[in-house]
Amino acid sequence: MKFSRFAVAAMILCAATSVLGFSQSIELVGAGATFPAPFYTKLFDEYNKQFGVKVNYQAIGSGGGQTQLKNKTVDFGASDVVVTEEAAKSFPMPFLSIPMIAGATVITYNLPGSPELKLTPDIVADIFLGKIKRWNDGRIAALNASVTLPNIAITVVHRSDGSGTTAVFSDYLAKVSDEWKSKVGVGQSLNWPAGVGGKGNPGVAGLVKQLPGAAGYVELIYALQNNMAYATLKNKSGSFVKPSLASTSAAAMVTIPDDVTKVNLTDTEAPDGYPISTFTWILVYREQNYDNRPKAKVDGMMKLLWWITHDGQRYAEPLSYAKLPKAVVDKAEVIMRSVTFGGAPVLK
Amino acid sequence: MKAIHGSQKSLDAGVAARVRGDTAFRALVLALSLLATIPLVLILVFIIIRGASSINWQFITELPKPIGEQGGGISNAIVGTLILVVIATVVSVPFGIIAGIFLSERGKSRLGTVARISVETLMGVPSIVLGIVAYVWIVRPMGHFSALSGGLSLAMIMLPVITLSTEETLLMIPLSLREASLALGVSYTRTIMRVVLPAGLSGIITGVLLAVARAAGETAPLLFTSFGNPFMTVNIFKPMAALPHTIFYYATSPYPEWQALAWGASFVLLVIILTLNIVTKLVTSRWKIQF
Amino acid sequence: MKSERTSDSAFRTLLVLGGIAVSVLLIAIFFSLLLSSRPALVANGFRFLTGSEWDPVTDSFHSLPFVVGTLLTSLIALVIATVFSLALAVLMGEYFRSGPFASVMRTAVELLAGIPSVVYGFIGLFFFVPAVRVLQEAVGAPPYGVGIFTSALLLAFMILPYSASIGREMIGLVPGDLKEAALSLGATPSETIWKVTLPYARSGILGGVLLSLGRALGETMAVTMVIGNSNSLTFNVLSPGNTMASLIANEFSEASSNVYLASLIEIALLLFIISTLINIAGKIVVNRMAG
Repeated sequence: MKFSRFAVAAMILCAATSVLGFSQSIELVGAGATFPAPFYTKLFDEYNKQFGVKVNYQAIGSGGGQTQLKNKTVDFGASDVVVTEEAAKSFPMPFLSIPMIAGATVITYNLPGSPELKLTPDIVADIFLGKIKRWNDGRIAALNASVTLPNIAITVVHRSDGSGTTAVFSDYLAKVSDEWKSKVGVGQSLNWPAGVGGKGNPGVAGLVKQLPGAAGYVELIYALQNNMAYATLKNKSGSFVKPSLASTSAAAMVTIPDDVTKVNLTDTEAPDGYPISTFTWILVYREQNYDNRPKAKVDGMMKLLWWITHDGQRYAEPLSYAKLPKAVVDKAEVIMRSVTFGGAPVLK
Repeated sequence: MKAIHGSQKSLDAGVAARVRGDTAFRALVLALSLLATIPLVLILVFIIIRGASSINWQFITELPKPIGEQGGGISNAIVGTLILVVIATVVSVPFGIIAGIFLSERGKSRLGTVARISVETLMGVPSIVLGIVAYVWIVRPMGHFSALSGGLSLAMIMLPVITLSTEETLLMIPLSLREASLALGVSYTRTIMRVVLPAGLSGIITGVLLAVARAAGETAPLLFTSFGNPFMTVNIFKPMAALPHTIFYYATSPYPEWQALAWGASFVLLVIILTLNIVTKLVTSRWKIQF
Repeated sequence: MKSERTSDSAFRTLLVLGGIAVSVLLIAIFFSLLLSSRPALVANGFRFLTGSEWDPVTDSFHSLPFVVGTLLTSLIALVIATVFSLALAVLMGEYFRSGPFASVMRTAVELLAGIPSVVYGFIGLFFFVPAVRVLQEAVGAPPYGVGIFTSALLLAFMILPYSASIGREMIGLVPGDLKEAALSLGATPSETIWKVTLPYARSGILGGVLLSLGRALGETMAVTMVIGNSNSLTFNVLSPGNTMASLIANEFSEASSNVYLASLIEIALLLFIISTLINIAGKIVVNRMAG
């Protein structure tokens, strides 16, 4: 009968291609944050060219990265925030967070002429709380006398998915605004008081770019690549700091605690530091011998992570991400060396 | 006479008004119908213009480039969609045809009624719900995303379409054909497989092609089953790219280069679906056996 | 021919198995959803249906904003679509039943039906959103562009091919005698349609409307691209909102806690139940008309 023959042939074809697949080079699957995605995708492309290892990274948000690692459906997760101790309890095994690079979350907006605006923390909080509703509000005008602010409504754009960028931004807002802290709180998915949601950093950037009068928060590179204006913020020391590679690196120049996962760069004390900076992390299980993972794959993954924190750092700055300070790299090395396979450390 | 003339005039006036109303109604119906086709015009015009301009050899054969870089292509998405559809077809076609034959033969029985209600209900289940089912049944136990789980979620979408169109086709074949075959001593199995089914082949193929066209365009169930892959792969146990998924990801991004990719990918997808629809029409017109 | 008889009974068994399998499939889907959402059913209780907060930070999940969003977008879409699809149904069922223009329109409607959701969403993003923004600025509302009305408008165009073809079928079922009687009594064609044909086909058209509603409820991709993804409860159609399907698409792959994921599956279960009920209602009404 025609159909059964076709079915059998198709199944053999699929099985054959799968077998062929098994004999291919190492392939890794990762998922998570959109914040560092431009860096990671460039990095993995280079790594593939140099070493032949394919890394399939799906930028589905930090929340997605953590969940998929928890479900063991990916080799590594990527997250802009360290998983809280509370949430870590629901993971099946202990896992490690390794810092990769640092970046800046900027306030980007869509105004005619793309003027450079100066903003203070309380103004930012009130915009996102929905309390400041129009661009020509007195408080914004007071700081930006040289700019003619149009009388249009501010449309807040936030994330619709579980986002480390949101977690970092809300962490900053909670530090600078008591009202934000009590009303909305800190987290990857929030109960936003106002605005529309976009998926991922690209989704937010896309919406801000399209909606006149919109204001959103994205990683610096997204604003740069799309020629969007972004705000200069007043930091804790009182200086107005423009987000840049330099100010992100400055923010990272703080004393690194012994447990590097406790480091927090938001509202940084560093005098030239940009106040909404953050490290971004890759999460892997400490004991890699689970679910019959081939040792070759684990070796490949740890080599990749080592490369990202060392040789791979040179791809950060062209994309305006800040390299890891030496103190952080040292700590990262210690963490990476503690990854084991069957009890024995993977990296020699 | 005058009285009649007078009422005749008002009668005429009344009729004239009603004729005007009739013309107006006609015009309204025509206008609304044409308006309804606006999105079609928009879609075809813009996708053809913007999409076709993105198509070049590089587009069809290359892999996507990292964020912000020029160029790149959708070769992995085209191959991915093909493989996903093949998996879905291999699973749903035999299953669907057998179920369709059952419904056409035993549709009135108790099991037949239950089966038909099940199939019709399945037809109405939103595709994202089927994606969740595939996640629970395959992705979670398997431990990772795979083209297989994506293909199976598409199979669940295709199944009711194939089943119901097979049943409908077979019901249209006159009983006399079946009875003649059985009277000649041909076994029941052979009668169905070698006489009835081939007679309804055009209708069955139509059903399959329409189901394929629908599955090729589905995105929602693939979001958490086949997941997406920036690389080319033919391994069905790995995550895989697909055209609709690529379109979604690139269309909602802010990068003009990626949006151009989305236009191009939409063009390719529409060409595939349109081709399937045209082939369906050809099959029906050339192979359909009229009784 | 004993071997033939055994192969015959084997074949019949296969057919019956096919019927059983589709029934089992549907039941399995329902129970899978039920079981997987159990942690949420336990944690959320009945308040799930009445509360309006969706807060992953405090694990507080309620479905009302999304049920409202789903019903609002679908019902508005339905009203808009019914106007257009009635026009199309009358056009193709009465005025242009055959001929080149009829074929063009029929092909146009079929093509519209085959366009994938994600492509509609793409067009929605680039054309409907700016258009609605102009409308919002004109009435002084915040110019989001995206929102409930935008997605309802897009949805209307997506479901109208379906309701148009059902409508056309229903109009075709109206007995010719009735129409001819009206015409011979002096009614104009439009009066016949308005006063005889449509009322006769009324229940069938209603059934078609219900079936289209079932389709609209489950639409995911086009809606999620233009609805604005705001999880707060709102009845303001010019503001952003969210539907059940769109919520799942946004948040499923990243639901971090067990209750979060189970709550999303609970939403899928709710969507499954609502769309099944509406589809059944639609089928009953259509079947009654078709006799």
